[in-house]
Amino acid sequence: MSLRAALSPLAGRTRGVRLGAWLLLGVVALAVLGPELSPHDYRDTNFDARLLPPGLAGGHLFGTDELGRDLFVRTLTGTRVTLLVALVASLVSLVIGVAWGSIAGYAGGRIDAFMMRAVDALYALPFIFLVILLMVAFERNFFLIFVAIGAINWLDMARIVRGQTLSLKQREFVLAAELLGVRPAAVLWRHVMPNLLGVVVVYLTLTIPQAILVESFLSFLGLGVQEPGTSLGALVNSGVAHMERAPWLLLVPSTLLALVLFCCHFLGDDLRDRLDPRRSGS
Amino acid sequence: MLRFILVRLASAVPTLLLVIAVAFLMVRAAPGGPFDAERVLPPETAANLAAAYHLDEPLPVQFARYLGGVLRGDLGPSYYYRDYEVQELIAAALPVTALLAGLAAAVALVVGLAAGACAALTANSGTDRLVTGLAMTGISVPVFVIAPLMVLAFAVHLGWFPASWTGGGRGERLVLPVIALALPHIAFLARLTRGSLLEVLSADFIRAARAQGLGTWRVLRVHALKPALLPVVSYLGPALASLLTGAVVVEAVFGIPGLGQLFVRSGLNRDYTLVLGIVIFYAALIIVLNLVVDLVYGWLDPRVRAR
Repeated sequence: MSLRAALSPLAGRTRGVRLGAWLLLGVVALAVLGPELSPHDYRDTNFDARLLPPGLAGGHLFGTDELGRDLFVRTLTGTRVTLLVALVASLVSLVIGVAWGSIAGYAGGRIDAFMMRAVDALYALPFIFLVILLMVAFERNFFLIFVAIGAINWLDMARIVRGQTLSLKQREFVLAAELLGVRPAAVLWRHVMPNLLGVVVVYLTLTIPQAILVESFLSFLGLGVQEPGTSLGALVNSGVAHMERAPWLLLVPSTLLALVLFCCHFLGDDLRDRLDPRRSGS
Repeated sequence: MLRFILVRLASAVPTLLLVIAVAFLMVRAAPGGPFDAERVLPPETAANLAAAYHLDEPLPVQFARYLGGVLRGDLGPSYYYRDYEVQELIAAALPVTALLAGLAAAVALVVGLAAGACAALTANSGTDRLVTGLAMTGISVPVFVIAPLMVLAFAVHLGWFPASWTGGGRGERLVLPVIALALPHIAFLARLTRGSLLEVLSADFIRAARAQGLGTWRVLRVHALKPALLPVVSYLGPALASLLTGAVVVEAVFGIPGLGQLFVRSGLNRDYTLVLGIVIFYAALIIVLNLVVDLVYGWLDPRVRAR
């Protein structure tokens, strides 16, 4: 199935999938626009309005946290950070994975064997612990979060891209280009890569929730995004500290995080089913 | 079979070496030494400290010394807990984590397999849809969201279980952490079991068995279960690693003094030797457990052994 057919406007989808897509779109729109719409800033503290419960009084829709900061704005800002980290990290894994996988698949032979053996070896590494070590050693550098998460996720991408490249290599248009004397690098770039797009985009819908999960996990442990910046994981963490007196501090960010992940999984599953005829039965 | 085991063992060694090398270099490349956080030390004292911890030697010598120590089970002194060796701290924290992860794995296997089998046997019924829906939710919601919500509901509001490790009896305090840790795996196992059992049940040899007049239970037990368990077993390898990371979160939420808690604390304290030691320990543990999973896989599927 082509990319266009898989991504075509949600026609023919079940109601659940369409609902998931709209919910996700709504969350993304809120994360992008929301913080600008509110009169509050996510860093502004107000010691007269600490731990206010959610409500319309005082203009704090979701209440305030222990420093009197507006939870609505903080949650949306946190969502924005989480989504941004996930997106950039996924792009990092995409670049590494596509480059590695397509070169291995196209080169074939001993180079392919060596490159994929390296991927196999890396699979066995306990990456999440190495990432924590990285965050500890390099002072929770924000840029490093992107790189570290991207570095985890490229392995699956490389495998899938390689498989796809192997089958594309046999196709007539690639043979034709080779016979016409196009250099290997150009064949790879101009004829193979564009045809990888469908698989890569579908796979991206699976790596994004993974990246969200890793970022939230690190921030939850206090090793990710640092104050006064925030992310959904960091908000859940501070919600845990105050959950007895102010349960909304926990409920709001964790609900949003669960919602985003649920929608991503739901859509990713559906896309994968549609692109992989073998899976559609199960 | 012996050859199979030996090949697997041999391939685990370079992986472990790679982990040790990468982790060691990462810690050494970190900006700031272990003793920088305190007041400025006189140069003689700083030199003495560096000499005491062998930090004044060239990097390859340090690495060789460290590797030699690791082989003998000596992970060096902790920088933060001054009177303790890293392996002592790990040994003290391990039993709680092992208990937690072991119980969670057992609960996940039993409940996950049962729920998945139930769903597969009643495919497309209400039960099936309920299990599939719950499993989707369980997979999507991460441990660090489930665990605090469970505390909020069952400890703070209903008061059924203690909210933290120090609050209750030996059995009670384990209930919430084990369930929180097991839930995502229950969900994943249920989905996996359902999918693979459905596939196996539609195979020709099952139809043949049924045609011979065997009942549902006998078909399941004798013919369908073993091949249907293959994907489940191959999931166990990654699951064990994720159980350990999940334990880090669960221990943080419930205040359980286990390995994960020690790991995060040592990270926040910048206790480099301890972090390094725990990472290497985790890596070794995961590699060994993966090996066990491989062996089980080989036992279940003769085709793997033959390769």
